[in-house]
Amino acid sequence: MKFSCGRGAMSITSSSAAWKPTDVVADQFPAGLRVLVVDDDPTCLMILEKMLRTCLYEVTKCNRAETALSILRENKNGFDIVISDVHMPDMDGFKLLEHIGLEMDLPVIMMSADDGKHVVMKGVTHGACDYLIKPVRIEALKNIWQHVVRKRKNEWKDFEQSGSVEEGDRQPKQSEDADYSSSANEGNWRGSKKRKDDEEETDERDDTSTLKKPRVVWSVELHQQFVAAVNQLGIDKAVPKKILELMNVPGLTRENVASHLQKYRLYLRRLSGVSQHQSNLNPPFISPQDSTFGPLSSLNGLDLQALAATGQLPTQSFARLQAAGLGRPTAKSSIPMTLVDQRNIFSFENPKLRFGEGQQQQQHMNNKQQINLLNGIPTNMEPRQLASLQHGGQSIGNMNMQVASHGAQNNQNNSLLMQMGQPQSRGQILGDTTVSHSPRRPSSMGQPILSNGMAANVASRNGIPETIGATSYNPVSQATSTLNFPMNHASELPGNSFPLGSTPGISSFSSKGTFQEDVSSEIKGSGGFMPSYVKFNDLSQHKPQNWELQNVGMTFNFPQHSSSLQSNLMQSVLVQQGSSGQMNGHNRSSAVVSRAMFSAGDIKEHGNAQNVNQHLNNLVDNIIRVKSEGVFDTSPGNLFPVHFGQEDLMGALLKQQDSIAPTENEFDFDGYSKDNIPV
Amino acid sequence: MERNPLRRQLQMMRKSFFDQGYLDDQFVQLEELQDEANPNFVEEVVTLYYRDSSRLILSIEQALERKPFDFNKLDAYMHQFKGSSSSIGAKKVKAESTLFREYCKSGNKEGCMRCFQQLKKEYATLRKKLEAYFQLARQAGPMETACRPK
Repeated sequence: MKFSCGRGAMSITSSSAAWKPTDVVADQFPAGLRVLVVDDDPTCLMILEKMLRTCLYEVTKCNRAETALSILRENKNGFDIVISDVHMPDMDGFKLLEHIGLEMDLPVIMMSADDGKHVVMKGVTHGACDYLIKPVRIEALKNIWQHVVRKRKNEWKDFEQSGSVEEGDRQPKQSEDADYSSSANEGNWRGSKKRKDDEEETDERDDTSTLKKPRVVWSVELHQQFVAAVNQLGIDKAVPKKILELMNVPGLTRENVASHLQKYRLYLRRLSGVSQHQSNLNPPFISPQDSTFGPLSSLNGLDLQALAATGQLPTQSFARLQAAGLGRPTAKSSIPMTLVDQRNIFSFENPKLRFGEGQQQQQHMNNKQQINLLNGIPTNMEPRQLASLQHGGQSIGNMNMQVASHGAQNNQNNSLLMQMGQPQSRGQILGDTTVSHSPRRPSSMGQPILSNGMAANVASRNGIPETIGATSYNPVSQATSTLNFPMNHASELPGNSFPLGSTPGISSFSSKGTFQEDVSSEIKGSGGFMPSYVKFNDLSQHKPQNWELQNVGMTFNFPQHSSSLQSNLMQSVLVQQGSSGQMNGHNRSSAVVSRAMFSAGDIKEHGNAQNVNQHLNNLVDNIIRVKSEGVFDTSPGNLFPVHFGQEDLMGALLKQQDSIAPTENEFDFDGYSKDNIPV
Repeated sequence: MERNPLRRQLQMMRKSFFDQGYLDDQFVQLEELQDEANPNFVEEVVTLYYRDSSRLILSIEQALERKPFDFNKLDAYMHQFKGSSSSIGAKKVKAESTLFREYCKSGNKEGCMRCFQQLKKEYATLRKKLEAYFQLARQAGPMETACRPK
């Protein structure tokens, strides 16, 4: 049997091409399915790629898990499914599986020549949606699309059952089955995926009556409640039913809790393997590549506080962020968390925050905060500072307050801010030099944000290869939630403590984190993440005027698949900076990067996430170029790849933050100042 | 029946690979992937396999000479090697790999060494056969669609 269509299939690989709603390839479903295949064996990889192309799928291959993660993080919405080998030299396939499940929430298929029962079982327990025995036959690959459909279907179903916690005006679940090919907006894969991701946002929809089921948004507040309930019950005895009862949140279903619990457990498991740098309360973000989540969580908490303190960040936005981080698309942008809630969040123990999702949320918030920081950060803030800010999530508390006032909101700065609240850990990487710079902010803030180079990571989640220290946990939004607050994921960023603390202005650096946030916020149109960000923008008094300045120094490298963390960082940072500008939508001009970042969001609003993504991608490229010029006129649609829903962006941001603690891509935040960051 | 004598020869050679157990159905999967866009796909894959697996063979050899004997490491190498070999349909090589892993699991050093020698032989034999096959294929010109062995 020959697949003569294989030849024609080649054209499908141009996935990165701008996707227009009109490009309906519904009829060709499942053609165009975007697959990422990971295997260290080049022979197998070559064969798999050819087989997948013959099935008319769009294939991206890589031979290292770390690379795969960064690719995924950079393109939050760029893939539909992942196929990975179990035995790989740089990372265990199951670990990768966990990462992906938590951060991106994509279906993952495991493969191995090993067909032993216990290995297959391991795949099941780690959440693989299928397990293939090598040698793989093409027949086995032809039907992998079912996992994508099934997953989406379940998510929607879940949402439907539980109802949106944040919003209740979701349309009844539409028949996803038929949607893939007959969606009102788009019929192809991307469309449906995007739709799914954008469920939460109504703005993206032309008519609000679109049947998109909103997903439960695990806001910071909600997550705090969840963690509190779990701790009360005891992690061993925590069953969804009881947790649900304890939480007593109307509209939340047992299924929501169950899936969240599963993720939380995975997150904890990961954490247990990571050393905690600090006490939960103020866990610095930084840390070794496997930074524990703890630090992140604390950061998140701090960030939240900071944000809350500043009163700038709408609680809802935080919630959104968090939710995003958790991988749940925030329903409408209106999920601001009340400041009070935010404060409460802080009061929660870090462990709660540790949860990856929480982190995500945190990050989300952090990102926001960071953004604020950036906004407020005086222009003279050097990238380093920013970076440190980011890292210094620790000191975020302090910083956030101030930063928030800057309207960090969506800006990546927020993330920085957040980070700032959490001093120390981050400092590791950066060495917190920058933090001290923001004149406006109290030096206290200046926690070693920079230390964590991670900050950069944070910001540039998207741009930065996830591999950054790949710290332990990338709780980043499961897949979409933009919440990927890197900040939250201490693990992600090794030593990414976001040194935001110091200067609000620095917030931009939390780049990684903020970036994501910004992105998400921008993307608001697209994913509903944005709303929160947008709010922030509004809140912040300071438009990212400084962005430009800040960005100037940053080499914004916003490659879709940037390989170097640094570049990613930069990107993220830039993005953040730029995004903050964008967030407001008013400051487009100010931050080149931010603009680009946000453009994504804007784009989304225009209703075409995909285009946005495309644009974003273009934008990113543009940003990099523009950067040097110091002025980036980003068109909204360039920054983020359309594929990324807001959530994705957030996730990316978060991820970046997390991943800032890369092992391989050591960021040297000092190098954050563009000089060192390779574009 | 192929009229072209070269093609006929090629077909017979190919058939013998299956009949004698050198190759299994996975090889046919590769052949089926070959198309106008990738007219030499099978040869490319096989070439890549030999290039990549030779590294593994070397690592295994070195590990076999090391003291103390590390069965786990050997098993890991062989697992990789087996995966590769099975993906191109190298039947005999794969069988030897499986046997080798059995010896590793039971801690049989002698068995491992003997088995490895046999494995290398099969590996080299298959290589020669396939090289001759591809060379003939180039001479014979484009072939018809591969047919499955009975």
